[in-house]
Amino acid sequence: MGLIFKNETFRDDFTFSNSPAAIKRFPFPFPEDRYMYTVNIEPHVPGPKGSVYEFPIDIDEHYLADMRDRALVLQEDPLRCQSLPHMLTAEWDLVELLMTSLSESYPEHFTLTREGDNWHWINRPMGIEQKFIFGDVATLPYRPMEYISRQCQGDFCLLDQRDGDLWMDAGIVSSQADWSLDFDVGMSFKEWHAPVPMAHEVGVFDRALKFLLNMQQGKPVRRLNWTMTINPRLDTSPENYHKWGKDRTTVTPENVGDKVHLRVELQGLWRLPRSNALVFSIRAYLIKMEELVTVPKWARRLHRVLKTLPEPIADYKGTTRYRQTTIDWLAKYDDGAPTSKGCWPD
Amino acid sequence: MTGEAEFRVRVAETETVAEGIRRLRLVPLGRSALPLFSGGAHVVLTMQDDGRVLRNPYSLMGSPFDASSYQISVLRTADSRGGSIYVHNKLRDGSELSISAPVNLFPIDRRARRHLLIAGGIGVTPFMAMMEQLEREELPFELHYCMRSKTGGAYWSWLRDIYGRRVNTYFDDLQQKLPLRRLVENQPLGTHLYVCGPSGMIDWVLNEARDAGWPEENLHFERFSAPPAGAPFTVELAKSRCTLNVEPTQSILEAIEAAGLVAPCLCRGGACGQCESGIVSCDGTIEHNDHFLTDAEKASGGKIMICVSRLKNAGGRIVLDL
Repeated sequence: MGLIFKNETFRDDFTFSNSPAAIKRFPFPFPEDRYMYTVNIEPHVPGPKGSVYEFPIDIDEHYLADMRDRALVLQEDPLRCQSLPHMLTAEWDLVELLMTSLSESYPEHFTLTREGDNWHWINRPMGIEQKFIFGDVATLPYRPMEYISRQCQGDFCLLDQRDGDLWMDAGIVSSQADWSLDFDVGMSFKEWHAPVPMAHEVGVFDRALKFLLNMQQGKPVRRLNWTMTINPRLDTSPENYHKWGKDRTTVTPENVGDKVHLRVELQGLWRLPRSNALVFSIRAYLIKMEELVTVPKWARRLHRVLKTLPEPIADYKGTTRYRQTTIDWLAKYDDGAPTSKGCWPD
Repeated sequence: MTGEAEFRVRVAETETVAEGIRRLRLVPLGRSALPLFSGGAHVVLTMQDDGRVLRNPYSLMGSPFDASSYQISVLRTADSRGGSIYVHNKLRDGSELSISAPVNLFPIDRRARRHLLIAGGIGVTPFMAMMEQLEREELPFELHYCMRSKTGGAYWSWLRDIYGRRVNTYFDDLQQKLPLRRLVENQPLGTHLYVCGPSGMIDWVLNEARDAGWPEENLHFERFSAPPAGAPFTVELAKSRCTLNVEPTQSILEAIEAAGLVAPCLCRGGACGQCESGIVSCDGTIEHNDHFLTDAEKASGGKIMICVSRLKNAGGRIVLDL
């Protein structure tokens, strides 16, 4: 059975919402009532059927709307997609990873036929059919990374590995939580993580970098990260801060349920075969408070997490202006009952 | 796409390609294809020899674009703890064994405008895969390949046929010497140098290049080696609360695995840093055979890479934070 794709928007009239099924599969990120940075990396192995972990690359009911939003972002700001010249081999590796994964996971929507370097790609939801020669840039309408990631939910960064470090030397980033590829492109792992508070001191980045440098093919990993966003806006980029920054001042006790969204990023990392680069995928899932509180455990837990969140982290995530309003709103869903371990609903 | 990172393979072809050098072609068992890899990558071979398990890393020398088989070349070494002897004497067409997924600790730096490859002896193998890839990606390169003799060197004639004047060979017994000084002093800006071969040669090349003013970022080398043999000693694992004997031909890591325990590791050649272990106490002298810890770290005696390093003195005892 194929997915049914919704017609909705992530800007202007913000018609985005989650179906009950989408709420049920939301990747709620808090296994406990308190939050602190950890190296929460786990093997990216298939998860329960229907969950966002079922397949290596998750496509959901928001696919077409998400891809329309990306096209709009790229039209207004082509620098959201950049690739340094030495990353072309990694771009082709990404084409292989995404086309293979999508066609194997969702055969009713995507088909890939390979005969040597002659590839035939069909994307039915978007009405795309493309024959091209793998490795020959001239046979695609865009550069390889841009071509495939205009057809795949999530932002993608390609990390070159050299000199015992990782370098963000290519990426397509149009649905980000307030960071800029244009600013970070060419930076090393610790350079692009420099703004994160508290984590450097506990050695998170030293351990994470050592782990990532030794990542093996065929053993992808994942982690969850989170923040909060006002209105279901995918493009919360520094470049467009003037458009969305002021949204943070619009939260009132009356509109919390509709306006305040938990934004969870499912981040995946794969070692690529030909280039030895890493692909870092960042897939954003949004859920408004009204939807979130339909799961009683999540309502209790988010209330407690926000209440106990260390000030520097709350500040870094940009929640300062509306955190207390949101905590007050969530309070009526927290009866103080104990919550069970883990992220899944009870 | 799955989480699988160990493969069963069958030896499909063996060939003696030079004095003491044997080439193996490995084809997948129970699957149609092996993962593609990048030039410079290696795999770890698991060898079951009379109840003893040896795991040695070998560079992949075949085409990175050939998913139907992998090729490795193994030099028979006199002081071997048994791995190369096993490959030479016991593996034959049809033998089955396990290999790890490819790992690359010696990758091409694609920022380079030109790639200068310097090989000594069996150190040519990673460059053979690299050259396939450089050629396909239309990146300029040249190989300088030093061997003992025409009969002791492998693949040189074949490489000259394929790559023509981009392959330069030097034979010790003909008193042909690599013109290293001239080479490192006369490269266009943006050249990257890669060296793989005996440890002494790597030091020589890197020192000459540094003397000639090369930036460290443009110098690449691969030194990993199979774990060396040595004297037997005892290792105590403080957290696991157990004491193990490390046999002369075993590494500490292999002794741990033989006891049914698991320790983090990846390259098994002292290069990747994954198996770094803390030392609680040590009654004996540590022989640091890795290329990961700094000299200062080695001197401080606080850490050891258990895949290749061991105690020098027979009967010594080391306590690890494992």
